[in-house]
Formats: sequence, structure tokens, C-alpha cells
Amino acid sequence: MKGFIDKSRFQSMLHDGMTVMIGGFLANGSPERLITAVLETPVKDLTVICNDGGFEDRGAGRLIVAGRVKKLIASHIGTNPTAGRLMQEGKMEIVLVPQGTLAERIRARGAGLGGILTPTGMNTIVAEGKTVLPVNGKDYLLEEPLGADLALIGGAIADRYGNLAYRGTMRNFNPLIAMASSIAVADPVETVAVLDPERIVTPYPLVDYVLKEENGQ
Amino acid sequence: MMDEKAIIAQRIALELQDGDLVNLGIGIPTIVADYLDPAKHVVFQSENGIIGLGPLAEGPSDLVNAGGVGATIVEGGAFFDSAMSFSIIRGGHVDVTVLGALEVDSEGSLASWIIPGKKVPGMGGAMDLVVGAKKVIVAMTHTNKGIPKILSRCRLPLTAYREVNLIVTEMAVIEVHPDGLHLTEVHPDYTVEQVVQATEAPLHVDRVVPMKGVAC
Repeated sequence: MKGFIDKSRFQSMLHDGMTVMIGGFLANGSPERLITAVLETPVKDLTVICNDGGFEDRGAGRLIVAGRVKKLIASHIGTNPTAGRLMQEGKMEIVLVPQGTLAERIRARGAGLGGILTPTGMNTIVAEGKTVLPVNGKDYLLEEPLGADLALIGGAIADRYGNLAYRGTMRNFNPLIAMASSIAVADPVETVAVLDPERIVTPYPLVDYVLKEENGQ
Repeated sequence: MMDEKAIIAQRIALELQDGDLVNLGIGIPTIVADYLDPAKHVVFQSENGIIGLGPLAEGPSDLVNAGGVGATIVEGGAFFDSAMSFSIIRGGHVDVTVLGALEVDSEGSLASWIIPGKKVPGMGGAMDLVVGAKKVIVAMTHTNKGIPKILSRCRLPLTAYREVNLIVTEMAVIEVHPDGLHLTEVHPDYTVEQVVQATEAPLHVDRVVPMKGVAC
């Protein structure tokens, strides 16, 4: 962990065209303060990797509605009508990935693997253009690792070292994206002195920065 | 008369067995839990990272179900990340998944995630769930305003090929076998002939009984 940072330091890391992973599942556990900070800058043409398109007013959906996203890689966009409209109008590219495959592709990058072999998507349009490999008589799709320049982590309980635990179902993709990106920034819902080691999900060497609380803690 | 969603959910609840780990999809599948015999101990898995999903929460919650709605966790339950969640799902540890569909066919393939050029919500976790769960139950209305949804071959892009085990509609219960679809139960409001008429796929009709759990 390099340190606790304020919003402006985070904003200085942003640039047009970067690839950003955003945690959260239907905006549960999404890094809302970091998303707001992105929206305060003029950054655009982002490739966003997130479980879903969020909602128009919550989660990664806010970046989509603001026209900042050039390409979205997600498993589901049904809760964000703007995402569907931008796709139909050709204003945003959307790559739909089965949720388990999305999680595992991100995990593969963070774990240093060259990809995963999954039965999910076999004999569907998801398999088009992909390598099929038989293992012990069963066919699997080769799905490649997925990484990003920046991971925006939400739903976390952070300690002063930058260790992260997660609250309730806010864990979802957050621990996975922390490991799959060049820079991982956490937007904690709570900060404590020191987390019980038994409780830590994301150890601090995997977290680059933690956004300070509003009062500058 | 019960509404069609309630008929479907009530019938599917009878399929869940004591000790099953079950994933319920959005829509009709979600209300299956409301019809479960309280004497049965069924554990619900939710793909956003819960084993032991409980009833909906009142007020704001840090815990949501796979529809993003505030929920609760029962005693003994656990939270985990999405990779663990889909390892549980894909790895064959979920006994039953119940999900909706736009089309199901005589081979047990289903389509549920895209109507090209019209509606593209995405597959979410459905592709993994139907590939990984031991038993796949489709919960859906028998037709789309009279247009058959149970087809010889799906026309929409597939969610998965040959993974469905059971189809439950407001009219009927249909089992998927290697030789095709077997009509096993018909709701008392309908005749076998009406079900056959509302179904494009050929149906084996040699052992039909009234729909279980429905008062005649």
C-alpha cells in the first residue's frame, strides 16, 4: 500500500482511453465516491469492466449515462436502459460475458494464469471465434485473462495498513479486480485501526491507494 | 383462480428436496421460496455471493439478492466473492437452479438472454448456472400471448445447449428426456389437447397426471 490519498490525487491518475475495472453488483459494493471523482474530471473514452451496467443513477451506470464509456465489458445491462440505447445507436460498444467467466477471467489475470477453460458458453454465440479445447473427453472454451489499468474497489472495510475486508454482499468482484489491475484504489465504506488477520480478504500489498474519508482521516 | 405465476412457483416448490442448495433466478423463480414447505430445509445460493439467502430486508441493506434488492442472510450462511460463487455454481455444487426463459426446445436447450436487434439484457449468471447446476428447472408462462415458447428448436441465440431437465408452466409440467419432451402433468384448468396445441415441440403424452399440489 502506497498510502491514503485525497480525491485530487486520485483524479491525477486518470487519462482518456484507459481501462477501468469497477467493483459492485447492481451497484451493491460499487465505489460511488471514486465514480463521482471520475465524473468531476473530463476523462472520456474509457473501457469499463464491471459485472453489470448498474443503474442510471448508481454504480458504473453513472459513467455510462455521462457518455464517458467507449466500451463496456459486463455480464448484464438490463437495469440501465441508457446502456442498451447507446449500444443500439452504436455510441458504445458492449461485450457481454457470462458472469462466472467474467469473474474467472479477471481472477486469471490477477493469479498470473494464461486463461481458463470453461464449459460455460459452449454451443452458444459466446463461443464464436474462440478456441475449444477437449480435456478428458469434454470440450471447454478457452477464455483469456482480463486486466485493467485501474481498479476501483468499493464495499470495503479498510484498516490503516490498507488491508481490506468487505461488508455483506459488497465483496462480489472487488477482491478480484484488486489483483487484476496495475493500480488498485479502494473507496472504503468504513475505516478501522487494524483488521483481525483472520478477517482480511485483500491483503494490503495488493492495494495501492485508499481514498481518505471526507473528513480527511 | 390462482394467477399463473403462483401456480408455477407452487409446483416448482414441490421439486425442491430437503438439504438442496438452490439458486432462484429473477421473476417467477424468486417467489418459489414463498411456497416452500417449512418442514423442508432448503438452502438458497445467490450468485452475488451468498449461501443462506433469507427473506427480503426492510429498509436499506448492505446485503442484496441477485436482483439488487435488500435481503437477509440466515443463521449458518456465508458471504464470498464472485469467483467463489461461480466455482460453487460451475463446479456442480448447486443442486437445483430455477430460471425463466424465452424459449426452450425438445433437446432441452434454452434461450433467455437476447432478442437480437430488440432487447439485449445480457446473460448475467444464467449461462454458468444452467451448465453447472445438477438440475435445471425452467419456470415460465407456457406461451407468449398464445405464441408457443416450447419449440422443436430454439430460434433465439442459446443460453445453453441441452441443459434443461424440467419445464414448469401454468398449464403443465414437462420433463426433458433423450427422446424428447414428456408431458407428465397438466393443470386441471386445461386438457392434454390444449397443452399439445400450445406447444410447438412434439410431446410424449402416455403418462399424464393432474398437476401435483393443485386442489381440483
